[in-house]
Amino acid sequence: MPILGRGIEAPDFNLHVTPDQTLSLSELRGRPVVLAFYPADWSPVCGDQMALYNEILPEFQNHQAEILGISVDGAWCHAAYARQNKLHFPLLSDFEPKGEVARKYGAYRQKDGVCERALFVIDEEGKIFWSYCSPVAVNPGADGILEALEELSAEKGKRNDQVKDADNAA
Amino acid sequence: MTKLKTPITQHDHIQGAEDAPLTLLEYGDFECPHCGRADPIVKALQERFGDQLRFVYRHFPLAQIHPHAESAAETSEFAGAHKKFWEMHDLLFENQDQLGLPLYVELAGRLGLPVERLIEALETGEFTAKVRSDFSSGVRSGVNGTPTFFINGIRYDGPVNVISMAEALAFELEKVA
Repeated sequence: MPILGRGIEAPDFNLHVTPDQTLSLSELRGRPVVLAFYPADWSPVCGDQMALYNEILPEFQNHQAEILGISVDGAWCHAAYARQNKLHFPLLSDFEPKGEVARKYGAYRQKDGVCERALFVIDEEGKIFWSYCSPVAVNPGADGILEALEELSAEKGKRNDQVKDADNAA
Repeated sequence: MTKLKTPITQHDHIQGAEDAPLTLLEYGDFECPHCGRADPIVKALQERFGDQLRFVYRHFPLAQIHPHAESAAETSEFAGAHKKFWEMHDLLFENQDQLGLPLYVELAGRLGLPVERLIEALETGEFTAKVRSDFSSGVRSGVNGTPTFFINGIRYDGPVNVISMAEALAFELEKVA
């Protein structure tokens, strides 16, 4: 199954974000969410990918967006990996049942038992606004995510203007 | 195919002729060991392609994992303001295991730059905006780690070694010739 595309309601989940805390997608309603599925902690390419997102957190925050990394690694593994790389955003464990959330997004590599390198930008209402699946060996960078967030902010601006116009007209 | 979004201007650090048919652009980090290893590769490519190759360097400091990357980039910009960017660029890569203020002061002295002004520039963040603007242009152009190279505006995703990069450059040269 290909990854879920634009306009589809993003499947909700509740996953461990630390060994004793969980996070649901629905808790983040009202803000854009960047969901970055990646194959594994500690593999050389993803190290770069998560490190890159870590460096550009301020740019995501300019759009009030929340970024979440997600892989099938366990919460303790994520904790060690995040500490080592000084990551300042949450990593979710799609660990039990393994890869269940990734499967719902069409982002699971059955053959390898890991997530695809798949990116989703989810809008304030929980709908997928943009998605992209990169070849597993290629770090997709952040340009696509930022463009999607900019487009999303622009649309929101336009909607707000329309509301203002309507208010003014009334 | 990932494309460079921010065109090359006079504010960039450029080696080689403006009308060279090939432009190799690097987004690099002075503390990144892979960039350190890439530096002699770039030099070998410049030697091989001569006047046909123009080289551009932009900053992409991964400051969260490399605590000295930002200050090193600002030091090179300070040197650039005194027309010594490339000299400082080379010295920083050659000494990348010793980055920090004592090294910057020593290198600035060696290049005949005003050391007091360097310290002041680092303290006041005189060149922070320039480094940030390089970084942002990289993010928007699909830079996905360091070093990231672009050949005539297209991201080069192949291995970083002389043979593979020379092949890609020769292929591009044939296309534009």
